Amino acid sequence: MPEERIVGIDLGTTNSLVAYMEGSQPVVIPGVDGSNLVPSIVALDIVDPNAESSARPTVTVGNSARRALIENPERAVYSVKRLMGRGLEDIQDELKLFPFQLADDIQPGEVLRIRLGDKHFTPSEISAYILRQLKRNAERYFGAPVTKAVITVPAYFNDAQRQATRDAGRMAGLDVLRLVNEPTAAALAYGLDRAKEGIIAVYDLGGGTFDISILKLNDGIFEVIATNGDTHLGGDDIDNLLLAVALDEIRNEHNVDLRQQPDAIQALRKAVIEAKIRLSTEPVAKLDIELPSNGGPDGDRYQREIPREVYEQLIQPVLARTAGPCRQAMADAGITPDQIEELVLVGGSTRIPAVRTLVDEIFQLSVRGKKPHTELNPDEVVALGAAVQASILAGSSTTTDELLLLDVTPLSLGIEALGGVVARIIQRNSTIPASATEHFTTGVDGQTNVAIHVLQGERELASDCRSLARFDLKGIPPMTAGLPRIEVKFLIDANGILQVTAREQRSGLEAQIEVKPTYGLTDEQVETMILDSFDHAETDFEARQLIEARLDADTILAAVEKAPASPAWKLLGEDEKANIEAVRLQLTAIKTSDNLQAIRAATTDLDHATRNFAEKMMEAAVSGAMRGKTMQTASDDLGEAVNAPHPFAPAEFK
Amino acid sequence: MNIETASLEREFHRLSRRLHPDRFARATPEEQQWSLANTALLNDAYRTLRDPIQRTEYLLRLEGLKIGEEHAGKGKSADRQPPADLLEEVFELNMQLEEMRMNQKMGERDPALQADLTAARARFEGLLAAVDGDLSSKGAEWDAGDSAIRDQAAKAMATLLDRRRYLRNLVRDVNEVLTTAAA
Repeated sequence: MPEERIVGIDLGTTNSLVAYMEGSQPVVIPGVDGSNLVPSIVALDIVDPNAESSARPTVTVGNSARRALIENPERAVYSVKRLMGRGLEDIQDELKLFPFQLADDIQPGEVLRIRLGDKHFTPSEISAYILRQLKRNAERYFGAPVTKAVITVPAYFNDAQRQATRDAGRMAGLDVLRLVNEPTAAALAYGLDRAKEGIIAVYDLGGGTFDISILKLNDGIFEVIATNGDTHLGGDDIDNLLLAVALDEIRNEHNVDLRQQPDAIQALRKAVIEAKIRLSTEPVAKLDIELPSNGGPDGDRYQREIPREVYEQLIQPVLARTAGPCRQAMADAGITPDQIEELVLVGGSTRIPAVRTLVDEIFQLSVRGKKPHTELNPDEVVALGAAVQASILAGSSTTTDELLLLDVTPLSLGIEALGGVVARIIQRNSTIPASATEHFTTGVDGQTNVAIHVLQGERELASDCRSLARFDLKGIPPMTAGLPRIEVKFLIDANGILQVTAREQRSGLEAQIEVKPTYGLTDEQVETMILDSFDHAETDFEARQLIEARLDADTILAAVEKAPASPAWKLLGEDEKANIEAVRLQLTAIKTSDNLQAIRAATTDLDHATRNFAEKMMEAAVSGAMRGKTMQTASDDLGEAVNAPHPFAPAEFK
Repeated sequence: MNIETASLEREFHRLSRRLHPDRFARATPEEQQWSLANTALLNDAYRTLRDPIQRTEYLLRLEGLKIGEEHAGKGKSADRQPPADLLEEVFELNMQLEEMRMNQKMGERDPALQADLTAARARFEGLLAAVDGDLSSKGAEWDAGDSAIRDQAAKAMATLLDRRRYLRNLVRDVNEVLTTAAA
């Protein structure tokens, strides 16, 4: 029996993929439709109005959800990766550009909830549906269960965004063995078949995120020396720009305002995306869209030619935003562009010629006679790299045996000090795992709690950094102020996720830490969102109820079978006895069926039929005691059931 | 104090191959925790030893010398005394910085002042480079010398590190003001 396969997953903003290591080569696993890409779209199916209201929602993922995006936009969501690990105040800009429908009652500091139809889902739950689809695709492909995965995240994802991704994996029933940074994964996919040495850069412009990573390759070791990026920059931004222009033009030229029509916006978005893709290979693209008849004359069309020069001018500000992070990463790595041996392009947006021109300029490629690497499909390379990392973890392939990935944390970790200033304890671009130890004490006599505010970011003031969590050190032995010495160890693990432990050193007590993630789900919340249990919740519950009902039936049947031996039985009329026997037979017959309601009804019937007998038996027991018998012997005569006021009392059905 | 960085890197890679959590993905939770803690230690050690300044600070601390802490959380104002030979210059520079900040607040420009500050930055950056050179040669003395020489070199390096820290903060302040001016 071969060991269970570990898959590599690219959970993308626009598309998601699952891959695995087939022998010495990573390959993408296609879905049932034969497509390697699963669009990261999730739609809530329309539920039959006659169905029970408690029926669980069914969800469609990928290409089949695409239709819902246009037909029932209020039941579908895409680009949910943009919301992972974010709070309400972080996403005001996104809300203007994306048709995210959020629950109305989200408080600042709460995990977001997205409304689909009449149901609410956290971004992690939506992502979990996508992951489960990929898991199923892999299981169908292997004909075996898949429970372990490596999932990629943008290198520039912060702690909350990483945790949200890991939570999504758990909800989908996946043991997430490692979160790998996307550009690093891409480097792994490229570095596999050559024994490369030297410095390489990975420029990864995807649907919604941008990363730049600089790595040093040396004898199979992939050591990241610097990374930078923007978790809200990608092809989506180009789409939004084109969409905004089209909406303006339609309003101005056709006097039709589509902004309040989600379905029309989706249709238009689809058209501009197609135009964008054409403009990567053609000098001009045409838009030709039928406008809804309301507001304007019937059959009116929005027709527009977009020459590439106009398009490139339009998107230049978006692309220019990638230059800063590239320069910063090189500065942090302590290198100049001419030291970069090779450059790898990743992400669908790197197909845009203007992006390639910009990259060539930043990294001085063509002047040095170099060309960027684009041999691997930019949509697939990250998933392929994730499969390589999965194989490294599995230790199952000689191809990957000598490979080792040493990644870094993209953002500095700090704690809030007096005056709201950030004291940096782990610098950005530190190789992970990385740790730092800090000491804290109390400010007031007898103080037993100390609060620590942990932040991520490069700014000086806590208010400008990303709040990660507030830790509450509890159970500090009461001492004079300043006497306790609490050692707190911060450790960023290989997934880029923070772990904290604390110890009070004077007493040697392990201080308890209560973590309040700023935008995260607690373990308990994640448990309740696990999709498999959600899937099975209804059937599990029924199965449990059935078992309980059968146990109740067995209890009463056992008591009734002993009844003829009781003196009280003789006091019953023949009709009554016959009735009890009939009801008993009915329950015996129905007990083994799966019909919960029938078992309960028959149990209740038998209980009613024997109520008179039960009362007589109680009287006999009492009068027996009067004749010198003890309750104990009376109960021996009657069997085990006598201690209850009514021996056949059915268990209460809740 | 001076080490061969190539062999440091080789050793770092060799130990990484042995300790890294990726090598323990199928191990018990205890072994994984061990791998995590030890890799973190290895990475912290490599980070400290790779950087000449951090390395010197670390080694001097091992020698029992008190080296100023860089943390904002830990008495940032402690070693704010300018080195004696720079007292006047620093006083003048701080006046100029203050004037520049005032100008910026009022939205005024003073190209002459800006030029002065740019010149001062170059001068202090030069001093910084000189300190680095001195540190390196003192480090060489320390490496080669007997315990008496080591003792002397260590004290000299501790002083140099204080000077360096002071100069660096100064350069940072000037940079901040000049960056604001450029924006």
